[in-house]
Amino acid sequence: MVEESGIRVVRCGGNKISFRAPIISKDSRFLLCASGDLVKVFSTSTEECVHVLEGHTGQVTGVILNPTNHLQVYSCSADGTIRLWDFIDGILIKIFVCGWPIFSIYVSEKHVGIAFITIHMESKKHGENFQLVALHLPKVPEQEVEAREMSAVLCNISSNPGSTAMGRGGEYVASVMGRQLTVYFFKKLKTYRFSLKATDKKGAKNAFTCVACHPKDDCIATGHEDGKIRLWRNFNQKKEYTYSTQHWHHDAVGTLCFTTEGMHLLSGGVESVLVQWHCEEVNKKDFLPRLGGAISHICVSPDGQMYSTSHLDNKINIIHCSLKLSAVIQGLVKGNIWTDLMIDPRTRALVMNGRPGHLQFYSLQQDKQLYSLDIVQQEYINQEGLDQFEVMRAAFSVGGTWLATVEERGRCTSDLESSLKLWVYNEKAQSFELNTTITAAHQDRIMHMCFSPSTETTMLVTTAWDNQFKVWLLGLDSDTQKEHASWSCDYVGSYHGLQPTNCCFSSDGSLLAVSFKEVVTIWSSDTWELLTTLCQPPGPIRELCFGRLSCSKYLLGTTAKNLFCWNLLTCSLEWSTPMDVCLLRSDPLSENVVAFSLHSGNTDLFVFRPSEPRPLFTQKAVCGGKVQRCVFSPREEPLDSCDERFQWLNRSRLYFLTELMELLTFSTKAEDERILNSRKQLLVDDSVAVTPFYLLLGKHRQQQEEKQNSGVSQAADRVQPPQASVAIKELLHTPAHVLPAASFLCSMFVNSLLISNTGSREGKEPAEQVEESEKEEDDSEEEMETHDYEQEVRTQGSVEEAPPLLSKAEEKELRRVRKTDFSWVTNLASS
Amino acid sequence: MGEFNVHRVRFFDYMPSAIRALAFQPQRERIAVARTDGTVEIFNRADCFFQEKVIPGRQQAATEALAWVGDRLFSAGLNGEIIEYDLDNNKTKYTIDAYGGPIWSITSNKQGTHLAVGCEDGTVKLFEVHEDRIQFERNLAKQKGRIISLSWHPSGSKIVAGMMDVIHIFDTETGQSVQRLLVDRGVGTSRSQECVVWSVVYLSDGTIISGDSAGKVKMWDSRTGTLIKSHQVTKWDVLTLSVSQDETSLAVGTSEGHVVQFQFLSMVLGQEDKEWVRTRTFKNHTHDVRAVLEVNTAIVSGGMDTQFVVRPLLDKIDERGQASALRNIQFPHRRLVSCARKAGLLLFQYPGHLELWRYYSNGEEHICCSAVSPCGGWIAYSTVASFRLYRLHCENNNVSIIKVSKLPKVLSSANQICFSSDSSHLFVASTLLIFYLPSSSQGSGQAINLLAASEDGKWLASANSDHEVQIYNLNKMKPHCTVPVHSSGVSAMAIHPTTNNLFMVHADQQLTEYSVEKKQYTDWSRQVQRHGLHSLWLERDTPVTNVTFNPKNPAHIVLHDMYMFCIIDQTLPLPDQRSQFYNQLTLRSMPEKERKKHSHAFKMCKIFKELLFVELMEDQSLVVVERPLMDITAQLPAPVRQKKFAT
Repeated sequence: MVEESGIRVVRCGGNKISFRAPIISKDSRFLLCASGDLVKVFSTSTEECVHVLEGHTGQVTGVILNPTNHLQVYSCSADGTIRLWDFIDGILIKIFVCGWPIFSIYVSEKHVGIAFITIHMESKKHGENFQLVALHLPKVPEQEVEAREMSAVLCNISSNPGSTAMGRGGEYVASVMGRQLTVYFFKKLKTYRFSLKATDKKGAKNAFTCVACHPKDDCIATGHEDGKIRLWRNFNQKKEYTYSTQHWHHDAVGTLCFTTEGMHLLSGGVESVLVQWHCEEVNKKDFLPRLGGAISHICVSPDGQMYSTSHLDNKINIIHCSLKLSAVIQGLVKGNIWTDLMIDPRTRALVMNGRPGHLQFYSLQQDKQLYSLDIVQQEYINQEGLDQFEVMRAAFSVGGTWLATVEERGRCTSDLESSLKLWVYNEKAQSFELNTTITAAHQDRIMHMCFSPSTETTMLVTTAWDNQFKVWLLGLDSDTQKEHASWSCDYVGSYHGLQPTNCCFSSDGSLLAVSFKEVVTIWSSDTWELLTTLCQPPGPIRELCFGRLSCSKYLLGTTAKNLFCWNLLTCSLEWSTPMDVCLLRSDPLSENVVAFSLHSGNTDLFVFRPSEPRPLFTQKAVCGGKVQRCVFSPREEPLDSCDERFQWLNRSRLYFLTELMELLTFSTKAEDERILNSRKQLLVDDSVAVTPFYLLLGKHRQQQEEKQNSGVSQAADRVQPPQASVAIKELLHTPAHVLPAASFLCSMFVNSLLISNTGSREGKEPAEQVEESEKEEDDSEEEMETHDYEQEVRTQGSVEEAPPLLSKAEEKELRRVRKTDFSWVTNLASS
Repeated sequence: MGEFNVHRVRFFDYMPSAIRALAFQPQRERIAVARTDGTVEIFNRADCFFQEKVIPGRQQAATEALAWVGDRLFSAGLNGEIIEYDLDNNKTKYTIDAYGGPIWSITSNKQGTHLAVGCEDGTVKLFEVHEDRIQFERNLAKQKGRIISLSWHPSGSKIVAGMMDVIHIFDTETGQSVQRLLVDRGVGTSRSQECVVWSVVYLSDGTIISGDSAGKVKMWDSRTGTLIKSHQVTKWDVLTLSVSQDETSLAVGTSEGHVVQFQFLSMVLGQEDKEWVRTRTFKNHTHDVRAVLEVNTAIVSGGMDTQFVVRPLLDKIDERGQASALRNIQFPHRRLVSCARKAGLLLFQYPGHLELWRYYSNGEEHICCSAVSPCGGWIAYSTVASFRLYRLHCENNNVSIIKVSKLPKVLSSANQICFSSDSSHLFVASTLLIFYLPSSSQGSGQAINLLAASEDGKWLASANSDHEVQIYNLNKMKPHCTVPVHSSGVSAMAIHPTTNNLFMVHADQQLTEYSVEKKQYTDWSRQVQRHGLHSLWLERDTPVTNVTFNPKNPAHIVLHDMYMFCIIDQTLPLPDQRSQFYNQLTLRSMPEKERKKHSHAFKMCKIFKELLFVELMEDQSLVVVERPLMDITAQLPAPVRQKKFAT
């Protein structure tokens, strides 16, 4: 989509990372997963994305370790290529061009130089039939090779990678489709087919859903739609084959996986419970419940230490083999989106519906979910057909202090249950807290709501289908305590019994515009007096939006056919233009307004200022289909683009969500270059291989040594801000169970936290010391204890290696540090 | 098919008793079933699991185990006695006290020379099997605690005994215990309870398989005395084990009502070393599975819920047919109800008493057969030991019963009783056929299990368990002819009142009609044989237990089995294999003309619950004796509690 103008539409993050099964590297340090047309390499301990393997031009459909070199990985893609990567350094080694879209890839140690791929049946190129072929990967020195030599293995298989599996040591391949299991033995070139009866009296759905092969025994596990797992044996016989059935899942088995040694079988489904079956004791099973969305893939690391589960809500859990959750990689959740896209003014995170009943805060810069706010606060039940509460509307106040949400249940049935919740941001807890819950705020569904932008009052307006709009005010109730300032209804407005659709405050908050079908009413927010009405038939008003900054006197409205702009000073129509605007949004930081218009299957984009009916920028066919939502996100540092046409992108970025739930944005050439440059600096630190102990102690010692050598003053050493301290970084990124005792780390940690403005602190000290003199006795006792302990540690350490001897100067410093008053730390902690 | 007044009878509280033991005789393919009331039933596997013989039990004779030695059947029970049965005469041959207290198990060795009996006092007693009797040989080393289960090594040199918390292996030569295997108790609360080894199996490769009350199936190496593998099959007890003849498959019965199959499979295909792997689970029972059998192509199981279930193993069966159908035998394959057609009386036969209007009770021995005369004036019944005949007077609701004394001595016991249609004659059959009133007798080798007298009093047909059917001329008092022997036993027969044709229904669902006067099969019967019966008819899994005729329409024959009753119209064509078998509803929707083209001889009716008896009375009313299975299950004790999903 590169345009000559130097601006292009790019997919920005939020790609599905649970589309295909991830893989874990042999040493369990990295997790690789397909994400859009990239392969992402995550660290399993820190959850950070370490590398992005870029190169494919289509959706990556499979990632698999090279069986002959565990530092390399094959990836296949719908663009018809297989690429071989070195994922430690992020280097592309080879490209094998196959020419057909590839849907999955399998390899085995026994078949060196051969990849088994799933492609369309040749006869019907775009049909629903797929085949498994063995593709010979030629060994030539060139980087890009044509791989055309292939032979069919199995026909009529499913394109789902989970429905085909390589058997013990590559002896056979098993594939399921519908109600048939097919096993192909490579040595004997023989195919066995086993079918299940479709007719079952109880109407059981016994179609296969997935398959897995035991790594050591000849045993095939298959999952079924009714939740059963069958373990097949003796499948080299037409008649004497046998299977045993296990049933725990209440719904279709999503995925199956044997552990590396074949001791356990892992299964998962919509229940989002990881079930670990013991192969020896079939009745025994362990569970890890409440993992998130439905489990779509399970993978096991080659050393068997780690499992990972991929979930439909775009999440990968990394689980230790003792069934303890060790890390969570959460992508952008793209389920049903009812709320608008919003930008949290504090974190600048994108806010929208996340997991069911939650709002997700997604950092677009880091492409990472910051956190998920539980709005509904009810357990979500994974069952079809249940009517459960969903967050339907959400709005932030200007400063981000208040968040209003609307949750509903029973939309389809007549008995609607809804509640309006108001959340206040708690600075201490650094999160939103529920302030007020208003059940049944309106008689009917709430359609729209917005906060008043004025800083003096905190005001919320809601419009609903019960022909009313309500104004809610944060009131300090005189009867109750001061802390419990809660929201209450201040004014109920209506207009001729018409249904209100949209509401919008002017930028100073003095005017409220509410649209009632074809009529736009303007209300004074001080007196709640109807000032004027604007009417421009035909057609009801769809969107309503005030201009910003210099254009704040303009009010924009759209109907199915026209875009209107009213001047509120004259109360007359300034201009109108016939266009079908499906989405209208103003940039809070500039006068610009963006309008999306659906035109012959594609959406066009127009950027304009309300003051003049001439677009600043247009782009035809931004994307296919209708744009669902859009939002302006303020930039951290404004661009200084000289080109007039792109100046509207200087202050904010525009994000929009397409019909296919793709999050897109505009990127300028300058930005692209900057990103490219920054990527080059990101190289993997060699130290990742070293044990956490080394990182914590060894590195710190190194620094100390350096310090001694260079003789840098202590004050200068402490200048470095807390975030930059390596020790803290390691401390926070290391799993707690491998850390040394907390008392040992404490002094180091506290040390690094100290800020060196000695002057001010010394001034304060005497006064505080007097206050704390009573406590000093206790403190000194504690000090003695810790002191002893440290000595112990030191003597223990001396047995094996040279202890980290402290220089005199350091000891002095240490003693001084101990004497310093740390009560502020406790204050900080308790706050 | 006509309309009938239906008398639905639901006051026959027939209650079958629980199955306690099963034993298989591979040469003759007979399965012996022991019930908790002491009844022993013989089923013929080759003949669609037809119940050939019933040996009635006695009160307080709780059979615990069964064993075949060749053709001879032995049982042992908690009364401490070993019983051998006379299978020709359907009665007990003799009883021997083992003098070891209650007996928990009895098994024979493969050679058929010895019987081993496990007793309450901790001894394993060996009995030598002689031609006509068994002789106590010796005790094996006495252990503390009772011997619950026993199994011989196929070589006969060793015997394994399951006890409380322990398994002992005995050398039969020396009589000493050579190995002692300790069995773990269950976890949790059951830790304080002793672990009962309910069942053991000794395989020819030296593996011992045990099932215990901790719910585990354990594989042991008998040479080293070590545990090879333990499978937790159930939370409750594993009650019974049975290994197939080729020792590749093992069936396990649990108190949950499940039957679990284990198979001896190679873990890596094509390699020799094999392991026992749990494969299939069959859930056909609601209560404890007390006995299970691996019979080549099927797993047979029985338990507290009184059902006899035959579960075919589809991988051993080549084609679909009668052998591949699941069989569930609930009711006996014989009549328990007799009907006085003229007087309109019903006689119900219970194990301990008869019921006619009101109940009529009897002593401790179980009744093997009973009959009421068509006029309603006589009742006859027989136990294993004695035969009784009563005169019955019914006047204005006053029932008086007078026992007829002075019966001839030859009438000691009977297998089948039948009155002639004018109530003037009584026919009593054991192995001898006795015509009472004008007294006379005829003999044959096997016990007779069916009798049928003709309406005109001229003919009498008898069928025995060797599938032989004899016809007697009553006027001349001598055998008239023998019907050609069919491969399957006769489950019901009757002589047609007008044509004097003998209509027979066999256990494999075949229908034959034999003209008594012409001594040959009738044309209709030959046509049936040529044409073949509809597959839906052949796939029914319960045999027909009664045949009657419609007095108004001689071409109509009324049959019934457990699930349906059927009227066969001999004037209509037989159904084609392709034609719709259950076609009454379709016929009703058709116009009158087309109806004729589509109708065929079989008219089925399935609207009733499980049937014990159907009879067409003289006034065209139909008497239907139902015994809904729901009522039987309602009377069973509560099964072990199981967590059901979403409850």
